[in-house]
Amino acid sequence: METEAGTAPKIEIASLRKQFGAQVVLKDVSLRVEPGGVVALIGPSGSGKSTLLRCINLLVVPDAGTVRVGADRFAFGAGARLPGTRALARFRANTGMVFQHFNLFPHRTALANVMEGPLTVRRMRRPDAEALARALLAKVGLADKADQYPSRLSGGQKQRVAIARALAMEPEVMLFDEATSALDPELVGEVLAVMRALAADGMTMVIVTHEIAFAREVADRAVFLRDGVVVEEGAARALIDAPREPETRAFLSHFHRRDGAGAPR
Amino acid sequence: MYAWDFGALWAYRWLFVQGLGVTVAFTAAIVAIGLAAGLLAGLAKLSRLAPLRWGAGAYIEVFRCTPLLVQLVWFYYALPILAGIEISAVTASVLALSLYGGSFYAEIIRGGIVSIDPGQAEAGAALGMTPGQSMRRVILPQALKRMVPPLMNQSIIQFKNTSLVSVLAVPDLLYQGQVAAHDSYRPLEIYTLVAVLYFAALFPLTWVVRRGEKRLATSD
Repeated sequence: METEAGTAPKIEIASLRKQFGAQVVLKDVSLRVEPGGVVALIGPSGSGKSTLLRCINLLVVPDAGTVRVGADRFAFGAGARLPGTRALARFRANTGMVFQHFNLFPHRTALANVMEGPLTVRRMRRPDAEALARALLAKVGLADKADQYPSRLSGGQKQRVAIARALAMEPEVMLFDEATSALDPELVGEVLAVMRALAADGMTMVIVTHEIAFAREVADRAVFLRDGVVVEEGAARALIDAPREPETRAFLSHFHRRDGAGAPR
Repeated sequence: MYAWDFGALWAYRWLFVQGLGVTVAFTAAIVAIGLAAGLLAGLAKLSRLAPLRWGAGAYIEVFRCTPLLVQLVWFYYALPILAGIEISAVTASVLALSLYGGSFYAEIIRGGIVSIDPGQAEAGAALGMTPGQSMRRVILPQALKRMVPPLMNQSIIQFKNTSLVSVLAVPDLLYQGQVAAHDSYRPLEIYTLVAVLYFAALFPLTWVVRRGEKRLATSD
């Protein structure tokens, strides 16, 4: 919706630092995502990529650094006051998040899951929220599952409902936290297809993923993290096809990426 | 051989009816007040504010770890002296039973809330809900379902616990039974009838609860 923001990044993370107890998970991490950009965060487990993603919508509150999404900016560290729960809630309403384990509300139907944000947070009228939710379910190919409870849906269907639920907030950016890692292999494709369509629509996205082939195809930038540090960053295709750093090369050697395996159509 | 004579109890029928009425009314009051106290204490124990957590913890442990009979007597005899106020037997009984029940309800409610997958609260937060909205819209509706069986169980115990108020001469079912026993010299028949009346009141309740649980389970 921004008019002259063609040059300003949509997401800007600077000098981020986070530690849990004695363990430093992120050390001075910076990240910029252009409007409409798709950034893939890749790296071994424990590299801090999920924590970084969760710092973008402040589900994890950083110890130091700044986080900006759209027009909202928070600074953390010595002297900075922690944002209150209302400021946090307002900030998060502007970022959509999709979780590895879907985290759908089991006591609500698919439709009611998608309506929840518009009703409770955006205070939309019920008929408007329902129309929006039905349109989004149709968009992810689940118009006919509106009245099903999550327990009746497959993993791929659950994840698509979760994507629709996040989109119902009409967020400026979408964050995906290993959105396909918990799925049976044959269900990965339908979720990736929805994500691919979103990217093509111009949604700004940050994706934590192990689907290297998908990252190469859909993301325009890739960031390789290891031990809480950005080791390498660049155009997704170049980074994945020809990594410069030995650590990146070692990590990527675990994936078959040129034969198309794991790249569902 | 003892000759059972239940016919002799007919003369005391209104005594039993009145007693049962008092017992039911008492239960309704202490369950309602106890649930309110339990909800407050349960939520306080999950609060981010340490003093609230400590206060709730102290309340819960004091009432859980002392006998109800001692609490009843203490509220009736000791509290008025300490506080310098008159307390009727009914007030003391309602206070003690409600707070005692509340301490158990609080643990059930707290346990139900923490048993919900933290991913649910995260999903609520990610949508932009405040902690209060996520508690009301996401956590409590799911937690409630898990709490209902233990809450009902505790309420059934509370129903039976009301029999202790007879020591303060509150005219509940047991107290009226004692009156009838002294009068008729038929304690065996009377205590049998009292037991049957408690059972008759509670057994249908357990059945209603089981039906309710099944209904709730289908929406999962």
